[in-house]
Amino acid sequence: MAIITVQNLRKQYGAKVAVKDVSFSVEEGEIYGIVGRNGAGKTTTVECVAGLRKPDGGAIHVAADLKQQVGVQLQESIMPDKLRVGEALDLYASFYANPASVTELLDEVGLDPKVGFAKLSGGQRQRLSIALALVGNPKIAILDELTTGLDPQARRETWELISRIRERGVTVLLVSHFMEEVERLCDRVAVIADGTVLAVDTPAGLISRTGGVQRITFRTTAPVESLKSLPEVHSVTVEAGHVTVTGDQNVLRAIVTALPDSAISNLKTETSSMDDAFLALTGE
Amino acid sequence: MTIPTTEGALPDMAITAPQVRRLTSVETKLYLREPAVIFFAVGLPIALTLILGGTIPDFMDPDPALGGLRPIDTHLPGVMIILSVLTCAFSLLPTVLVTYRERGILKRMSTTPVSPATVLGVQLVLNVAMAVLTTVLILVLANLVYDVPFPKAPLTFAGVLLLGMVSSFAIGLLLAGLAPTSRIVQGLGMAVFFPSLFFAGMWVPHALMPGVLRTISEFTPSGAFGAALVEVLSTGSTEWLHIVVMAAWGVVAAIVAVRFFRWS
Repeated sequence: MAIITVQNLRKQYGAKVAVKDVSFSVEEGEIYGIVGRNGAGKTTTVECVAGLRKPDGGAIHVAADLKQQVGVQLQESIMPDKLRVGEALDLYASFYANPASVTELLDEVGLDPKVGFAKLSGGQRQRLSIALALVGNPKIAILDELTTGLDPQARRETWELISRIRERGVTVLLVSHFMEEVERLCDRVAVIADGTVLAVDTPAGLISRTGGVQRITFRTTAPVESLKSLPEVHSVTVEAGHVTVTGDQNVLRAIVTALPDSAISNLKTETSSMDDAFLALTGE
Repeated sequence: MTIPTTEGALPDMAITAPQVRRLTSVETKLYLREPAVIFFAVGLPIALTLILGGTIPDFMDPDPALGGLRPIDTHLPGVMIILSVLTCAFSLLPTVLVTYRERGILKRMSTTPVSPATVLGVQLVLNVAMAVLTTVLILVLANLVYDVPFPKAPLTFAGVLLLGMVSSFAIGLLLAGLAPTSRIVQGLGMAVFFPSLFFAGMWVPHALMPGVLRTISEFTPSGAFGAALVEVLSTGSTEWLHIVVMAAWGVVAAIVAVRFFRWS
């Protein structure tokens, strides 16, 4: 059953159209990604879902109480410098009718309740922000660009935290422009560009839409012109002794069959990633 | 439950006791963690009352024009109370509100069940309480140290204080509504603060102001506040003009503040 339904959402600021026509629906319990470049309309879309902005057109249905049951982590939200972690969580817990246990949340996000906001690192601030989004025991958590600006270590820790949120049965709407994050966390993804939805699919589905392209690179002493005529091969380029061949799932076998074993060295294969899928979809 | 946000529905915005209690406790702690705030709102007006009272000889001389009272009984506590009220109203309250808006704190809170009115109300009450506390401390300490009599008409005094605060805090909220950044609201606050202190009689008592200046003063909110406070401390009564001026400024500023106030 869909817990969030967005139909033909439209939102403009003055003459600038931020969201042209966005429709998608999120099933209960899934982690749903909204991806796109900066300015694609991702944040505006989720801010409309969260009730922070009034849409100019279309309809949004959220099967939850927007205030009590939807936890929001905003892109830019800075707490007062001298507010301590524990105080912030106690404060936000007091806003809700059925708050979560602050002690358990602190434990889960691994923060010291006595530390003031100004002294938190970027990663710690994001974890506090996530804890604040969860403190009301929400059915839905909306998380906007939560790993932007974090170092790889902090990013990985945040991802683990999000995976654990799913285990609590919370539906997550995740905004990101970071493809590795989406590939790793999301059950389904809506790709947004210029205020419209280009595609909705699982990360694997999006990747396979690009044709499941395989890229093989190697060095060889043998002539490679003949590879171009193989049905499995899409393209062959040679650059300073390095050969790059792209093709379908069976391209690797085709190459090693066509060329003598001893003529190939430094062979590497790459499968297309979410990045490739995103670039292919957005046309770049 | 399905909520069509296209209708801008805001369900369940009730003010609850835990929200008020926790907000009050947290905001009070944050307030007390800024020593500069306590110094300017509480310490400075009290210290000035005690120091100026003890060092400026004229302040201790009975004045026949005041019915034998000394300036330290009337004028000095009057302007020091206003100093504290204006510090809270023009500087502390608007700075906190604009900083909260600038940092996205008000927007973040607007996604929770807490009502924005509760957040604003707690800030307002906290700053009013700080000014009332300072007023009480000034009166008690001046009484203990310099035998300054307590207000002879406590209810009228309280009424004047209340109206003065309403007009001052309404202007403070207006500043918070108009200023886009915390830097600007601080500058704007100071630009209003010093002329207001002047009109209140901080540097030139109303009694010594030239006629025109005195009339202008009486039509400014702080000027009316100052004149009314000194009057109620001197005679126990008050003039309708001052009451009307303070009330009018309070109502107009509050209406405009509500019109311009933004949460994000």
